[in-house]
Amino acid sequence: MNQHADSKNQPENEGGAYHHTEAENLPSHSHHDEEILSEIDVQAYWRANVKVLVVLLSSWAFVSFGCGVLFSDWLDQFTIGGFPLGFWFTQQGTMLCFVAIIFIYHIWMKKIERAHGVDDDENSVENQPVHQSDSRDQS
Amino acid sequence: MSAQTLSFIFVGLSFALYIGIAIWSRVGSTKEFYVAGGGVHPVVNGMATAADWMSAASFLSVAGILAFTGRDGAVYLMGWTGGYVLLALLLAPYLRKFGRFTVPEFIGDRYYSKLARVVAVICLIFISFTYIAGQMRGVGIVFSRFLEVDINTGVVIGMAIVFCYAVLGGMKGITYTQVAQYCVLIFAFMVPAIFMSIMWTDNPVPQLGLGDKLNDGSGLSVLQKLDQVTTELGFNTYTVGTRSTIDTLAIAAALMIGTAGLPHVIVRFFTVPKVSDARKSAGYALAFICIMYTTIPAVAAFSRLNLTESVNEVAYSEAPAWIEKWENTGLIAWKDKNGDGIMQYRPGHAFNPTKPIFTQDRGTYGERVISNELTNTTNEIYVDRDIMVMANPEIAKLPNWVIALVAAGAVAAALSTAAGLLLVISSSVAHDLMKRTFMPNISDKKELLFARLAAVVAILIAGWFGINPPAFVAQVVAFAFGMAAASLFPPIVMGIFSKRINRSGAVAGMLIGLSSTLAYIIYFNFIAPEINNPEHWFLGISPTGIGTIGAVLNVIAAVIVSHLTPAPPARVQDMIDDIRIPAGAGVAHEH
Repeated sequence: MNQHADSKNQPENEGGAYHHTEAENLPSHSHHDEEILSEIDVQAYWRANVKVLVVLLSSWAFVSFGCGVLFSDWLDQFTIGGFPLGFWFTQQGTMLCFVAIIFIYHIWMKKIERAHGVDDDENSVENQPVHQSDSRDQS
Repeated sequence: MSAQTLSFIFVGLSFALYIGIAIWSRVGSTKEFYVAGGGVHPVVNGMATAADWMSAASFLSVAGILAFTGRDGAVYLMGWTGGYVLLALLLAPYLRKFGRFTVPEFIGDRYYSKLARVVAVICLIFISFTYIAGQMRGVGIVFSRFLEVDINTGVVIGMAIVFCYAVLGGMKGITYTQVAQYCVLIFAFMVPAIFMSIMWTDNPVPQLGLGDKLNDGSGLSVLQKLDQVTTELGFNTYTVGTRSTIDTLAIAAALMIGTAGLPHVIVRFFTVPKVSDARKSAGYALAFICIMYTTIPAVAAFSRLNLTESVNEVAYSEAPAWIEKWENTGLIAWKDKNGDGIMQYRPGHAFNPTKPIFTQDRGTYGERVISNELTNTTNEIYVDRDIMVMANPEIAKLPNWVIALVAAGAVAAALSTAAGLLLVISSSVAHDLMKRTFMPNISDKKELLFARLAAVVAILIAGWFGINPPAFVAQVVAFAFGMAAASLFPPIVMGIFSKRINRSGAVAGMLIGLSSTLAYIIYFNFIAPEINNPEHWFLGISPTGIGTIGAVLNVIAAVIVSHLTPAPPARVQDMIDDIRIPAGAGVAHEH
């Protein structure tokens, strides 16, 4: 809940943080315009990321708390491979879904990262947004 | 060759392999000691993570719990694997991008506070100790059986071996030895499972065999047979759950959040080269884990059938040899309550206290005499649930080499986790406490020395807990998960996804989460064990599941306190921006 509310406030927060960054680090920046662009991109990327998390974590909760616990008994009326379905979910089904969720996440995020130019693929041309290298200098 | 000789050979060979790898990849620098230079391939890392995480509890104990509790036990499977999703989605990529060695380091930097770091180290040490105590017990069970000594002697031998083993190499040695250990343990787990599945159903895939029909021509499926056997003897029906829904939900949630907060698993994701690799690596790790975890229910079911058939209503004098062997380790006991010389296996505890206290004498049939008070149930047998996997090949009358293989597998499982945990303990003490907090100017060499000293102390304390365990292996481990859930997971996730949570909030949250959970567990297990039942539990939630409430309290406290105090400084907000973007993650670095 808390996380979700937080992500809604994102644009303001990030804006605030950004001004601050700019004030502190301005002298070291050579491509000012480029940096604003990448900042917008980064925000869009983060929103897309949060969306992915909401979708996948909902499926995670549905499978585990739903199929595995809450409606597990109700699912027992169906059978799969000799198992009552609800029982199968508790013993094997949820785990298989978990593996699938993580791989979907990996593939989905890779796509989003390419689209926003923030991926960490060595072959990518735009994998070093200016904003990025700044905060690394600081750390 | 006898099973014991073969066990010596198998365990010895597997040790030679691990130590060989450890020497081959021996580490020189502190950085290599902790994170293997950040250059491990995702599949390799996934396999090592799987070995790290599949502990003696997974290997020995979970199948035992499932065998005795049926559907109720499945919450452990689901909880432990489900946590991986949280880990992969909410933590792994960001912590990898953050790129330091340890979890306290993240918390210390994110919450710009030495106090937060120290609190995190304390939480971490607490969790790791609880967890490692469970491992020591597991190692003890293995050694006590194949050396045919008492369980306590087994624990001491196990301690000595883990000590020699884990203090030798660092993370790099551990990464590759853990890959070897994964291979050994998965092979050792699958072979008896396949044998048993073929024995009961002719189906060589245990996962499918569990749903299959029995091959005895009765027309019953495995599950129907189990339900029938359990109901006839008066046990809870195998495929029907008995735990309350709220407690099941709480336990599942606590285990899930706890898995994601386990420091020795999180630290694994610092060792892959890129952020995207951290995600991929978590996927592979879970896939490797699930090979074993989906087999566990099958092993549990078949071993329950085997156990009932070979023990119940069998005369002690004609009992199979494995009963006497396990009796000698103190993990099986029989008291002929009705004087018929036949073992009756029924629900309820046979004695009070539950665990047998042996005298030096032997009874009429040569059984070990116990001095426990007898309960008024008709059950005459005590079987320690942790022996099920180890005893399986013997119960199922599998060849001796399978018995030896299982011993080697269990040792691999316990060692890999114990070594990973020791590394986390020693690195937190040496790096987070000494170097980063109290003695910033110490040399690399001194830091390594502190790391090794911390490992020694950790082993000694863990061994003590292994000899005097508060509960069964998996339950001890479950408490560690509860504490991880209540203390470490919330500040890490909030630190990534919120820019508003500040130093005071995080510290308050961790302290409240950990202390409330710990108090609840200690109260119900040590101070007032007699009222440890659903009527007295808070909201009907058992001590195993209380970590969920601890986590909720942690979040509430953190949010309230953070909003009453100033927002984190700009450099911290920039750091958060930085870890949210995958690009530009260098190798994990020291600062």
